[in-house]
Amino acid sequence: VIATRFLRRRDLACRQAVELVTEYLEGTLSRVDRRRFEAHLAQCPHCTEYLAQMRTTIALTGTVVAEDLSPAAQDDLVALYRQWRSEREDPGPAPDARS
Amino acid sequence: MPPDPDEGLLDRLRSGDEQAFVALVHRHQASMLRLAASFVPSRAVAEEVVQETWVAVLGGIDRFEGRAAFRSWLFAILINKSKATGVRERRSFPVEDPAPAVEASRFDADGHWVAAPEQWVEAAEDRERAAKIAARIRTGLDELPARQAQVVTLRDVENLGSEQVCELLGISEGNQRVLLHRGRSRLRQIVEDEFGRMP
Repeated sequence: VIATRFLRRRDLACRQAVELVTEYLEGTLSRVDRRRFEAHLAQCPHCTEYLAQMRTTIALTGTVVAEDLSPAAQDDLVALYRQWRSEREDPGPAPDARS
Repeated sequence: MPPDPDEGLLDRLRSGDEQAFVALVHRHQASMLRLAASFVPSRAVAEEVVQETWVAVLGGIDRFEGRAAFRSWLFAILINKSKATGVRERRSFPVEDPAPAVEASRFDADGHWVAAPEQWVEAAEDRERAAKIAARIRTGLDELPARQAQVVTLRDVENLGSEQVCELLGISEGNQRVLLHRGRSRLRQIVEDEFGRMP
């Protein structure tokens, strides 16, 4: 959507090229647009650097470690499981008929 | 479809093996917490959502047939529970966030870089620095508009494919791409600023 607006002119300016990076990496640029983008990269070390930075950013994002649940929340979950298990072992008067 | 890495644990969980349940919780808790945090306003609420999700998982475990990966099923439930908390969503911006990927002031009148972008790609190969940057990205994700954070988390942290992300979030491929683009671009700037602060 963003891309096509910029691509009317034959040559990409850097400001336009940086808006195409995601579509380029996603492989969703048309063949013509991709060639134009790659032609720009071939003569623009700055945008080439920028693309490398985006790749690095994505790779670093992949290494983000999230926090774990608090110990209390983990204990609650174990209690929850035990309750579930005991109800399952003793399902009461209406046993589950699903296979 | 490759074999579901959770299948063995699920079988044991169904037959009452508590350790299997604990292992499953451990395997997914961080991802679940992070994803929930992109929907709800506080860590406490995110923990509640994770708990509610496990309640629903246990309640529905016999209906889970393994046609999709367990993780996708888990995330789908988590997202539903997050939305159902009724708590106002985290900062929500329209999809068509007009902010450019790179600040306009960095380009001249012809749209070319005024100065070369800072060079830090090589520095990112240093493990210690990379770990620091990753920590900054983690807080950076919390600063993104909710939708962008959700898409980037699912795509780049959880490594899900675009199709799956669209399905989980109920958005179109086009919207997903715009959100991904905005989110990644903001993170790139955050990373650059962080490297700039490093000695």
